[in-house]
Amino acid sequence: MTRAKETASQTAGPYVHIGCTPNFLGIEGIFPEDLGTRMITGEPEGERITVTGSVIDGAGNVLKDALVEIWQADAAGQFPGHGAAPGFTGWGRSPGDMETGEFSFETLKPGRVPWHDGRKQAPHITVWVVARGINLGLHTRIYFPDEEEANAEDPILQRVEHRQRIQTLIADKTDEGYRFDIRLQGEDETIFFDI
Amino acid sequence: MPNGSPARDRAWHPPALTPLYKTSVARSPRFAPLGHATSASEETGPVFGHDILGPMDNDLITNFAAPGEMAIGPRIVVQGHVRDEFGRPVPHTLVEVWQANAGGRYRHKKEGYLAPLDPNFGGCGRCITDENGFYEFLTVKPGPYPWPNGPDDWRPAHIHLSVFGHSFAQRLITQLYFEGDPMIWQCPIVGTIPSKEAIEGLIARLDRANSLPMNALCYQFDITLRGRRQTMFENRPEGL
Repeated sequence: MTRAKETASQTAGPYVHIGCTPNFLGIEGIFPEDLGTRMITGEPEGERITVTGSVIDGAGNVLKDALVEIWQADAAGQFPGHGAAPGFTGWGRSPGDMETGEFSFETLKPGRVPWHDGRKQAPHITVWVVARGINLGLHTRIYFPDEEEANAEDPILQRVEHRQRIQTLIADKTDEGYRFDIRLQGEDETIFFDI
Repeated sequence: MPNGSPARDRAWHPPALTPLYKTSVARSPRFAPLGHATSASEETGPVFGHDILGPMDNDLITNFAAPGEMAIGPRIVVQGHVRDEFGRPVPHTLVEVWQANAGGRYRHKKEGYLAPLDPNFGGCGRCITDENGFYEFLTVKPGPYPWPNGPDDWRPAHIHLSVFGHSFAQRLITQLYFEGDPMIWQCPIVGTIPSKEAIEGLIARLDRANSLPMNALCYQFDITLRGRRQTMFENRPEGL
């Protein structure tokens, strides 16, 4: 089969919010609400969690112009559109607070999703980060600190050669929920994936 | 059914570290990304129905304008098809666009370029491809604008596009440029892309055959997303 080349990526730039979260920016009246701001739209089964974090550059500065998207299964490990119960979109988009840069998602703790060989992956959230200075969106994953047993048998975490880097994919448990900082470069650099 | 994608050609896309685009210096990972086989987490993605769309969502000339008014600038239609690497149409997928106004000014709190805002131009729009992967929007051609990179860097006229595809692995943000613009070949952001051929894929073509007479010129811009493999033999429940 002949294969055409994919359209080349370009940075989302500093004004990505105009297109992706205009209401957040104060551009009102075009779209009724920003897409991805509500992931729970009904009464889905499962544990409700808050995931917050920051995107941090190689100098330790928090990005205030990043856009973070997540995609995940519901509490039963099913994806919306592929068997998940209604009331949960599985997809969220957070522009980050204009002052602090902090992103935040109100979501469900995901269930386990099968790997292609039938094994179960540990509960995880798939993450995509774009911003000024990022030429191609970065994929990573959020795993959970209270899933030690599942994490130990996760086929992707098992693939990580430098074992000390695994902790960059595991959120911290806090009083408010889970915290997941994304370090783009340098010490404790988050693992990004080529998928 | 989820079925994975062939690997992304990272030599075709811009690398993370492209020092002439200065912001990339501190925002590029130093470690190589870790490759792994995909699962449903990457092979599925959000679906948006036409019910999210308002009637003016793909008309940037009027979707922010006061009643009876319109945005100022050269009126253009931008249209094209979203297909995958194997030429298959990508129907019913969301395409979001954003851009500066005709003078190169963005409607954004952190933007201070002295060119004025257009009170009738917001700068965002969206559409969902039809069953053939076709999309279309009406807008004004954006102006070039200066940006603090080198001492005198200007972006070519461009429109940002965000495309979802049918899986999270297809997610793509890119920029559309305009045929014949000499600024394209001077831009450090365009220059992050390694090959001339890949850059040419981002240049919309003036299409006189589809212009709207006495109304708007037409630009054609096709988008290619990652392809989806046929389901591997051992995973085919149908035994095809």
